[in-house]
Amino acid sequence: MERRIRRVGIAFVVLFALLFGQLAYVQVFAADSIKNNPANFSRQLIAEYNVRRGSILTADGQVIAESVPGTPGSRYRFDRRYPQGELYSSITGYYSRIYGRTNLEQSMNAYLSGEAPELAVSTFTDLFLGRPKRGASVIVTIDPRVQEAAKNALGGNQGAVVALDPRNGNVLALYSTPGFDPNALSSGTDEQIRRAWTTLNDDPRKPLLPLATQELFLPGSSFKILTGSAAIENGYGPDSRWPNPHRLTLPLTNEELQNFGDEFCNGGSPTVTLQIGFQESCNVTFAEVGLKLGPERMAEQAQAYGMCLTDPPAKTTCDDHPISFELPFENGRFPQPSYFERNDPLLAFSAIGLDNDLVNPMQMALMASAIANDGRLMNPRVVTQVRDAQGRVAREFRPKQWGEPISPATARAMTQLMISVVNGGTGYRAAIAGIQVAGKTGTATNGPGEAPNAWFTAFAPASAPRVVVSAIVLDGGDLGSEATGGQVAAPIVKQVIEAALS
Amino acid sequence: MSAVAARPSRPRTGATLLVIAIVVTVGAYAIVGLGLHGRVPSNTVVYGLTIGGAYLVAWATVRWTAPRADPVLLPIAGMLGGLGLAMLYRLLPREVADAQALWLLFGLSAFILTLVLIRDDRILDRYTYTIGLAGLLLLLLPVVPGIGREINGARLWATVGPITFQPAEFGRLLIVIFLASYLSAKRELLEAGVGRLGLPRVKDLGPLLLAWGASLAVLFLERDLGASLLFFGIFVVMLWVASGRLGYLIVGGLLFALGAVLGYLTLSHVQDRVAYWLHALEPAHVHAFGYGQLAQSWFALASGGLVGTGLGRGSPDLIPFRASDFILSAFGEELGMLGTAAILLLFVALIGRGLRIALDRRDSFGRLLATGLTTTLALQTFTIAAGVTRLIPLTGVPLPLVSYGGSSRVATMVMLALLVRISAGPWHGWQRSPT
Repeated sequence: MERRIRRVGIAFVVLFALLFGQLAYVQVFAADSIKNNPANFSRQLIAEYNVRRGSILTADGQVIAESVPGTPGSRYRFDRRYPQGELYSSITGYYSRIYGRTNLEQSMNAYLSGEAPELAVSTFTDLFLGRPKRGASVIVTIDPRVQEAAKNALGGNQGAVVALDPRNGNVLALYSTPGFDPNALSSGTDEQIRRAWTTLNDDPRKPLLPLATQELFLPGSSFKILTGSAAIENGYGPDSRWPNPHRLTLPLTNEELQNFGDEFCNGGSPTVTLQIGFQESCNVTFAEVGLKLGPERMAEQAQAYGMCLTDPPAKTTCDDHPISFELPFENGRFPQPSYFERNDPLLAFSAIGLDNDLVNPMQMALMASAIANDGRLMNPRVVTQVRDAQGRVAREFRPKQWGEPISPATARAMTQLMISVVNGGTGYRAAIAGIQVAGKTGTATNGPGEAPNAWFTAFAPASAPRVVVSAIVLDGGDLGSEATGGQVAAPIVKQVIEAALS
Repeated sequence: MSAVAARPSRPRTGATLLVIAIVVTVGAYAIVGLGLHGRVPSNTVVYGLTIGGAYLVAWATVRWTAPRADPVLLPIAGMLGGLGLAMLYRLLPREVADAQALWLLFGLSAFILTLVLIRDDRILDRYTYTIGLAGLLLLLLPVVPGIGREINGARLWATVGPITFQPAEFGRLLIVIFLASYLSAKRELLEAGVGRLGLPRVKDLGPLLLAWGASLAVLFLERDLGASLLFFGIFVVMLWVASGRLGYLIVGGLLFALGAVLGYLTLSHVQDRVAYWLHALEPAHVHAFGYGQLAQSWFALASGGLVGTGLGRGSPDLIPFRASDFILSAFGEELGMLGTAAILLLFVALIGRGLRIALDRRDSFGRLLATGLTTTLALQTFTIAAGVTRLIPLTGVPLPLVSYGGSSRVATMVMLALLVRISAGPWHGWQRSPT
């Protein structure tokens, strides 16, 4: 019996050895992959909220997102606060324990949460000194004065404003209305957060989707910036002359293309220069330019400006965003050449920003910024630095050039065209005393009888541009169906430029 | 008296270990307070005095009624009980911890009472069939209409007057005593008549088949997979230890497999258990009831890592049934692999001592009883620990001495008291001692 009792003992030792093996596997060897299982979100979230998340600050030190101690008794140690409410929502995004993260809260999460490898030294120091782990702060390019000017200029209109520094791609302002208050999604009880989410999602104006970067609209005449660039790049200078009817019968169809209001350009002269056509925003002129250049060259120019080529209606999405930065950005869309093989005359509409051309204020601002920067398109950037909890710079984001969509000569010529729009053309309402502004209007139809979307895109000072601003006002804003880009959007852009240059 | 002298009573070892157990018990309670609220609970002194005092009374009883008994069992049980109670105060202070503190004291009382009443374990050997019958009745009590109650889909509870308890916990204990008594009496008979293949003769299979039937009855009538497995496992181990015939182990294993297959084919909850075990982390299931339990258990264990978050610093409140079946996962999260392994090592020490006690005994009743009691403890501990770590499919039994549960606590303390009693002798060489 003695031997058998010993054997029972050995059997138990084996069983417990298996148990220890399993413990080592679950708790040590496979622990990371088990912990990272998406179903473990509650624990991941609690771990995340146990870290004092880093702040998001503007260049001049204004806090636009921060973590503050949570309400006592809560499962979560910290709450996320956005002191300015909705003002910076399209930059910071929200940080919700139920609905996840967006915008910088998402793209900079590794830094804000303190998980990024660059922060290992800081984390180790904290661990060594027994201090709680803290996230790193993110410094953004946004200029609060420009951001506030954008908000004030838009007023009650539904629309968006983007302001860039063309020299380095810095995003100075990014504002869309309606916005949302990220506090409502980021703190409070689960029920409050759910209710706020439902309200925002039930709003037909989609406040959670910033118009400035994530929606797409017809550019209308704003697109003549691109068609004009393509013309000059291909040897048709500002003085090149084009036939000047007030309407154009399109080849192979019964369709006609009209000037705005069906008016004659330049008093009805038999021909008109590219310069005058641009200044007065003559549709016929630019339709002719587009047809002359052909689909290949137009598409080439669109790509050079960072737009995505599509094949409507089969394919309208953009799979590999040519231009990307720290915020979600829907690049503009232009049909690929094969699209026009089947619909030759549609190129006339595409040349004036209709049909399947799609952009947003960020895309328009980027085009103008290349013109303002001698033809060099700087990649947009919204984050300049990451600083760890001790204030050391953990990561620097340097300006980088995205491409050269046009030559310096074309940039100079386009600048002259855009100056003429403000000085004697459709964009005169953007003129600022003492500062030369260069811009282009756009009025994009939303269909017969409906109020159009009003566009204006400009930069200043024209001789050495420091700021590019693009604005869209949906459904004509206050002016409704009478609106044009020059009337509604140009004054908004003017105010923002003034704020940026003051 | 040389043999007795060769086995010293070692009062100092016991006292030292008991002091350590009290320090661990009170320390764990204080650390839980620190981890949860940043301060030592104000009633720590009262807590320490009450539980420490109760431990000391139990220890004094051992010294008084069984002076040469094993000095290690009580301190280990005290340590496990203290850790378990501290974890319950961390998990569900109001709902269960206060009740469990009372059960801890009740358990110690049962321990003391057993030692005082049973001054010689061989008394139990006299009432073989009475004890056996009582055990069987207790095992089947939950099926009796009017007394049995069903909770969480298993019919394990019985209500007699104001008391609701799990009779199987006590039934199992009585059956172990019965088996020790019965098998030691029939040992010669069982050992004899080995067939050519070492297989038992058909007429010797009677008791084995009876036990198999009883365990199947528990499985099918009470839907208690855990109790059924434990019961049959204990029986086969004891039968083999008593008879020394491998055939019993083989036939027992086959019957076990047959029962398992039968159960799997006919009982949906057995099928569920296996599915939970195999597919716990699959995205399609991970939020569903049974799968989610095991997934959360793994998440808790994994987030504990090697050293754990510290008592009161993890999130074990996300684990379902954390106070009962899954208490080891809560320890895994807050004390890490090292802490969990330490707790399991305490059980290993307990099991080791139990088998040592069996080996030290001269008579086969004492030996079998100690082996049976230890096997009960070992299999129960392994079943639940392996269940919550997903080594085997989960069958819900309490982690002895640690989980919340009054019946289990009292029954386990009685088992330990019996082990202490058995360890007090007569040992090997008892007879030779006069020279």
